[in-house]
Amino acid sequence: MLADSDRIFTNLYGFQPWGIDAAMQRGDWVETKALMAMGQDAIIDAIKASGLRGRGGAGFPTGMKWSFMPKEPKPGRPSFLVINADESEPGSCKDREIIRHDPHKLVEGALIAGYAMRARAAYIYIRGEYIREAETLFAAVAQAYEKGFLGLNACGSGYDFDVFVHRGAGAYICGEETAMLESLEGKKGQPRLKPPFPAGAGLYGCPTTVNNVESIAVGPTILRRGAEWFASFGRPNNLGTKLFQISGHVNRPCVVEEAMSISFRDLIETHCGGIRGGWDNLLAVIPGGSSVPLVPAHEIADAPMDFDGLKELKSGLGTAAVIVMDKSTDIVRAIARLSYFYKHESCGQCTPCREGTGWMWRVMQRLVTGDAEPHEIDLLLEVTTQVEGHTICALGDAAAWPIQGLIRHFRPEIEKRIAKRQGFVAVPHTAMAAE
Amino acid sequence: MPKLTVDGIEVEVPAGATVMQACEAAGVEIPRFCYHERLSIAGNCRMCLVQVSPGPPKPQASCALPAAEGQAVLTASPMVTKARAGVMEFLLINHPLDCPICDQGGECDLQDQAMAYGKGYSRFDENKRAVTNKHMGPLIKTVMTRCIHCTRCVRFAEEVAGAEEIGALGRGETMQITSYLEQAVTSELSGNVIDLCPVGALTAKPHAFNARPWELKRTDGIDVMDAIGSNIEIQTRSGAVVRIKPRLNDDVNEEWIADTARFGADGLKERRLDRPYVQFNKVLKPASWTDAFAAIRSALEGVSGDEIAALAGPMAGLEDMVALKDLLAGLGSTSHESRLDGAALSGPRAHWRLNSTLAGLETADAVLLVGLNPRVDAPLLNTRLRKAVRKGGAQIFRIGAGEDLSYPVHELGDDLAGLAKLPHGADEAFRKAERPAILIGSRNATAPVLAAAHALVEPLGLVKDGWNGFNIVASNASQVGALEIGFVAQGLAALAENPPKILFLLGADDIDLTPFANSFIVYIGSHGDAGAQAATVILPAAAYTERPGTYVNMEGRVQRALRATFPPGDAREDWTILRALAEVLGVQLPYDTLAQLRARIGSEWPHLASEGIAPAQWEAAALSADAPAGPAKQPVSNFYQSNAILRASPTMAACVAEILEGRAPMLEAAE
Repeated sequence: MLADSDRIFTNLYGFQPWGIDAAMQRGDWVETKALMAMGQDAIIDAIKASGLRGRGGAGFPTGMKWSFMPKEPKPGRPSFLVINADESEPGSCKDREIIRHDPHKLVEGALIAGYAMRARAAYIYIRGEYIREAETLFAAVAQAYEKGFLGLNACGSGYDFDVFVHRGAGAYICGEETAMLESLEGKKGQPRLKPPFPAGAGLYGCPTTVNNVESIAVGPTILRRGAEWFASFGRPNNLGTKLFQISGHVNRPCVVEEAMSISFRDLIETHCGGIRGGWDNLLAVIPGGSSVPLVPAHEIADAPMDFDGLKELKSGLGTAAVIVMDKSTDIVRAIARLSYFYKHESCGQCTPCREGTGWMWRVMQRLVTGDAEPHEIDLLLEVTTQVEGHTICALGDAAAWPIQGLIRHFRPEIEKRIAKRQGFVAVPHTAMAAE
Repeated sequence: MPKLTVDGIEVEVPAGATVMQACEAAGVEIPRFCYHERLSIAGNCRMCLVQVSPGPPKPQASCALPAAEGQAVLTASPMVTKARAGVMEFLLINHPLDCPICDQGGECDLQDQAMAYGKGYSRFDENKRAVTNKHMGPLIKTVMTRCIHCTRCVRFAEEVAGAEEIGALGRGETMQITSYLEQAVTSELSGNVIDLCPVGALTAKPHAFNARPWELKRTDGIDVMDAIGSNIEIQTRSGAVVRIKPRLNDDVNEEWIADTARFGADGLKERRLDRPYVQFNKVLKPASWTDAFAAIRSALEGVSGDEIAALAGPMAGLEDMVALKDLLAGLGSTSHESRLDGAALSGPRAHWRLNSTLAGLETADAVLLVGLNPRVDAPLLNTRLRKAVRKGGAQIFRIGAGEDLSYPVHELGDDLAGLAKLPHGADEAFRKAERPAILIGSRNATAPVLAAAHALVEPLGLVKDGWNGFNIVASNASQVGALEIGFVAQGLAALAENPPKILFLLGADDIDLTPFANSFIVYIGSHGDAGAQAATVILPAAAYTERPGTYVNMEGRVQRALRATFPPGDAREDWTILRALAEVLGVQLPYDTLAQLRARIGSEWPHLASEGIAPAQWEAAALSADAPAGPAKQPVSNFYQSNAILRASPTMAACVAEILEGRAPMLEAAE
């Protein structure tokens, strides 16, 4: 278990006020000027050395991402930092907690990260449904301006830096980095073609880096405590601490900061009071938010919760939104509900996702009741591969993977339902909660 | 110049080219729906996926991927074949497959590519999506269930037409292309979205259920609805024009045409003059050609040459005007006038042409519009100016009131006096500009305006090496040709003050004919419009689709059109009428065939004998005239009804009713 002294987010549960005075007592905004005095390249090197990988789901090394930004922005073409607080992934709720209770970690991180990548301003794009959180964030930014930590000569460092908070309108796709840029520019939130990548031409055509809230918020603490400290947690290539968000059939669902690579069993036992009904009652886990394939109980139980460990299980860490499902779950219906989500949130721009998500959802819906032919399982699997990797952004992949995971691990369950519906096999009736 | 291989074929492409262009250079066809050369890249149909190494282990959209040195592109690998088949399947699952009742059938990209890349059967067992049709006005018929969301129409409206009237609402599979509030699309170029639509979602409303593309005979023609000289393809069936589509010509119309050119052709079937008429007791009565010619001969008896005049109308062909000029010469008259809009154009050829050329205007960096409304006068000229603004950042100034041109315009007031003393900002912009241009609308090209414009040539540096920024925008298709052959006299006003005894009208309708109430008017034309009503004798002639002809566009570009159909009834081609009439009047015209007539033209004006632009030397001129004053003259008619053919067109009348007057379309009872 991660020691309390090693936690970055010390007010994750809101036991103390979120405001700037309390935040400064917790160590935020302390000697920020000195951190900036390390120099821009030194900050990027420290982040690289810490092994921090992007916390938004893809796990791209954060320091490397920052280093892609131009070293000397051209006049009239400033660089921008865009912070992705459009946390809409089903199961994911870590950015919400950060912004609610520890917003100054994020605001200070924005200054440090923006300074390191030589950005002129940061835009925090916050999910439209986070109403109270947005209010907190607006207030936190205002407090930082009031103290002189932001704006001209931020923290007395001689560097000019602004932070703007922008509220989204509730579209999941605006969490995709280029769709977010479109949305920030006032256009319809649809992903852009890459290349050009945002580091070359992003917001308003200027070099832009898009980072997750958590990736930005941990920056100042890493610099204060040193890259070696951060790198002392987790396995190689999966270093640091991470906010895990455990929901579903555990005794105490929670958001908790833990060391990377903690085993699933430890995570649940230590923080969540175990699986509802005991470990034998565990059916499957979606370990990284709705976009990643589920993992059945026997594979996940002792697996390390990190990027590489879950990749070996053909799943992924994603945002570390752990959705635990016990044996009362109608697993087919659960995945069908996710299919509906992706069908609903597809932006409609490119063909495979626009048409494929609807098709997959409709077949999934019939698989729930078994109203299908056995060959349709393979058909569905093939449709998912026709979507996966053929779209402009990753939403197509995200829609395909949960279904692929379901068929990979629960094919007999689907076949059983079809057979039962067709009246071939007598299956004992079991009541199932639909959650 | 990156070098790469496409299916093992090595190609070198210009820097900045895409992988799709590299594939085309290698002769490998890449299927596509959303990609279009003249629109921005959307990359959303995913049909053009190819396998590229080095690169991610998944197929890439070739339309948007820059070609790079050393790339190896595979277009027929199993990965690509599967990707294409997959995308095609997705496009078809919610497509109604109603090809038998779809007007796009036979010229449908989706149909063709489904044949080439599709599976041939459907695995989709669910209900198909149905989408309500959208009202887009009298020209565009929509069947939105067929839409494959390529967004070509949206991009055209936004980028080329400059009218953001089409867009996509909703998201995911409920995304719909719409005109937002069920309003008619008002752009003058709206018909082009019909050509752009790769499926049958947007089709031509006037053409609905009329014909199949394979039944149509295609003839190359030249549009005469404005002075652009758009290259068109006239498609006919059973001797009637069914529809008109653009032909590709990057120098003239690129691949667009205005709505008048596309949809005005149904005016060819209405109000046609199909037999000669002669006036008896103030009433026009049908007559034979012999009687009509006899009436003219008797009217001409004892009339001296200076009492005979002729006016050429907006759609007259070059050959017809030459024949009329020759006839008048035989009768002893030189009183032939073509500048019916009151322009004082004459002199060297460079003084009344669009010297910058249409394509050249795209590179202009400061443009002054004088008494010109390019949206109405020549919509395709407006798209060139829009490109100059969008791509080159050109500054546009305007003297003379007018509507929104779809790009920012610095208004310099409505008073033409402004031309003589440009405000400081405009003056500054022009002096700094490398390629400044001034565009004068022909109807406002009066002697004072021209004098003031010529006075600006030197100080603003309008004419320099490799650039001529002095431009006259001709108001109709015949004007530049008429000026080329000297079909000019003292002007229409002088003629009206001293009306001739005999007046020949070669399709001239858009003038005030009351001064000529006592003249013996011979109307040679195709439509029963104003000129025919005032006529004493009507000689029925061919319309532009019914005769081979030569036209000179506003740039001075000579273009030839072919005959697509024959004139109705007893109507004849204009020059043959004049040739026969000359015989009756005892005038010898030295040509019996079109070839001989063209040879006659070539001998006097060699540059009119072949197609293309003949260079014209710039001659500086210092004209003396009063200073220009007063408001600029506005177009006489609306965009949709600017000539006799368009006024006869029911489709154009519907456009006026709905788009200009805002009257709701008449709803049809359900059948």
